[in-house]
Amino acid sequence: MSAETPHARPAKILLTKIGLDGHDRGSRLVAALLRDAGMEVVYTGPWQTIADVVSLAIQEDVDLIGISSLATDHLIVPKLMAALAAAGLGHIAVIVGGIVPDGELTMLYDAGVAHVFHPGASRKEIVVRVRELVESARGANIGVAS
Amino acid sequence: MSDRPSFEQSAAYAEAKARWQADYNAQSGNEAPRRNRSGITIKPVYGPDDWDSDRYMQDLGFPGESPTTRGIHSTMHRGRPWSPRLVIGLGLPEDYNARMRALFDMGLTGLYVAPCNSHMRGFDPDEVEAELLGTCGTVIASADDMRVCLDGLPIDKHSVSLGCTAPYTLSAFLFATAKSRNIPWSRLAGTTNQSDYLSHFTALHMFFRVALSGQRRLMLDHIEWMKREAPRWNSLSIVGQHMQQAGATPAEAMGLTISSAIQYATDMIERGHNADSFLPRFSYFFDISISFFEEIAKFRAGRRVWERITAERFGAKDPRSKRFRFHAQTSGVDLTRQQPFNNVGRVAIQAMAGIFGGLQSLHTDAYDEALGSPTAAAAQIAVATQHILRDEAHLDDVIDPLGGSYYVEHLTNEMEAEIEAVIQKIDDAGGMYRASETGLVQRMLGQSAEAWQQKIDSGKQVVVGVNAHRTADDPADRPAPQARLAANRVNDYLAGLEAYKRDRDKAAVQTALDGLARACNTEGDNTYQHVIQCALAGVTHGEICRQVRTEMGDGRPLIVA
Repeated sequence: MSAETPHARPAKILLTKIGLDGHDRGSRLVAALLRDAGMEVVYTGPWQTIADVVSLAIQEDVDLIGISSLATDHLIVPKLMAALAAAGLGHIAVIVGGIVPDGELTMLYDAGVAHVFHPGASRKEIVVRVRELVESARGANIGVAS
Repeated sequence: MSDRPSFEQSAAYAEAKARWQADYNAQSGNEAPRRNRSGITIKPVYGPDDWDSDRYMQDLGFPGESPTTRGIHSTMHRGRPWSPRLVIGLGLPEDYNARMRALFDMGLTGLYVAPCNSHMRGFDPDEVEAELLGTCGTVIASADDMRVCLDGLPIDKHSVSLGCTAPYTLSAFLFATAKSRNIPWSRLAGTTNQSDYLSHFTALHMFFRVALSGQRRLMLDHIEWMKREAPRWNSLSIVGQHMQQAGATPAEAMGLTISSAIQYATDMIERGHNADSFLPRFSYFFDISISFFEEIAKFRAGRRVWERITAERFGAKDPRSKRFRFHAQTSGVDLTRQQPFNNVGRVAIQAMAGIFGGLQSLHTDAYDEALGSPTAAAAQIAVATQHILRDEAHLDDVIDPLGGSYYVEHLTNEMEAEIEAVIQKIDDAGGMYRASETGLVQRMLGQSAEAWQQKIDSGKQVVVGVNAHRTADDPADRPAPQARLAANRVNDYLAGLEAYKRDRDKAAVQTALDGLARACNTEGDNTYQHVIQCALAGVTHGEICRQVRTEMGDGRPLIVA
């Protein structure tokens, strides 16, 4: 864990699902583990539109957006990336977790996705990577929620 | 009971048992207690003290006889082989048709239509992001699409299972297809396999936006209509699979599912129906995890609990009302992306648990389901696995082959107690509808999912290839990526849909929709009769859903974080 800057704002994460699928076991578990790691998590559950996510990201001023996808909703993540950029939110890191076939990883990375987590990713792996991404987005160490 | 002293009371028995216990303790005395997924402590050995064989008649009986612990039919898999049923849904209607014809040629006997997620969520294909069409199920917007899906397939000879949620338009499209092929509705056999709105509301979240109270009415209307018009149709499948995949332990999944069944039966009785007039068409759909003995005990205990409840709570007398008929699917949550070929072994073990548990039909997962939508080659292995278990290993030879095992009988009793405790908890909360409305069920699922994940994270639960026995990741282990539906084919489909909507008899469409709207606002007017009329008049799924939402109000899942 990084040395915490006193009074630094904890990492703020928006965890959500876009598209059509409703499976939310994965995203709920990730929400819990990021909270355990001291981050602030805005958890929406499934059924969000791309427009919902953009306005929530502005409203909540988040550092990072996590998109959970079990049933091919990752295919519209490039559209989300474009919408975020158009709203001037290109600085927010976006990660995807779930079932993403190898052949579609490039499409996501080319669209600017920072990381794709696959099934079986460990708790530690997720926390470390999310922290790195938030720190590099802020250009500084981050604090933990009090 | 005979008068001869039982051997359990002999000195030799007591001595042997004490000797074994001392020996065991000397070698393994400090081991941590082992528990199954439902939290039941598992002992190293079971014997006569753990199961009272004198209770054979009360607790087991013979197959097809009360309390049906050993199976719901006298012949079970010998006389009624389970149907290998594969959840198939892909691409456009003609893609589904081609795939299904090929699977029929391979010996598949049951049809399953899994619609695209756009359908599950209540949209027409022209209302959603085109990238998502046909990626998880078949694009079906109207009765016309269903006709293409089922062209040349024997829907009058084989049962058809539909991944069909409220307002049950997929079934209506099938009934319209049957009509156009001159097949009487009374001949149709099959299942509205996703009709359980509470499991969708609490666990899977694949329903169209409509208020929970509306969903309750739509489902009861659907059951009533099917009871009248298609008596061979299973209008209700109560889905424990959603609960278990969302995190419920096997005992919780069984308890919650039976609680849902209690809710639905109670609602039907409140509408004035006699239990024996609708219970025979209730069916279930469960998940089978890799916790082998626990799953077998879950199914045996569930059968016994339901048999008792139908008589005690609802006064059912017809043996068909008490039959706990279920389809089961091997658990996707247990499959891994790492070392994916291991999943073939996992699926075979899960399938065996379901077979020994006495299932009526079985979906075996393809090994590549943790990597993406299943490939045709992997689906073929999944079907072959069932054939191997039945025809090579002969698992259909003996009915309830584990009956009488000290362990399995003891575990069945323990699982029964756990299941009963869950049912009691839901009863205390005012029943399953209320417990879902208030978030109690969602909290239970979330807590169990977290507890399970912690077991994996801490290494207490081994997952081969994930937290133990790991090997370097090798992309060559994963099947070649499948091409997604080509954009030009999607565009052609959407252009066809536009033309279909343009060229319909618009007056007939409006009349049908007006009838539906009126029914939604008129108590006693069966809404499903009007959904059927809409299907016959060429109204699309999205149009039907929109109309129902307008009349019954909007609704969303209750997220309890």
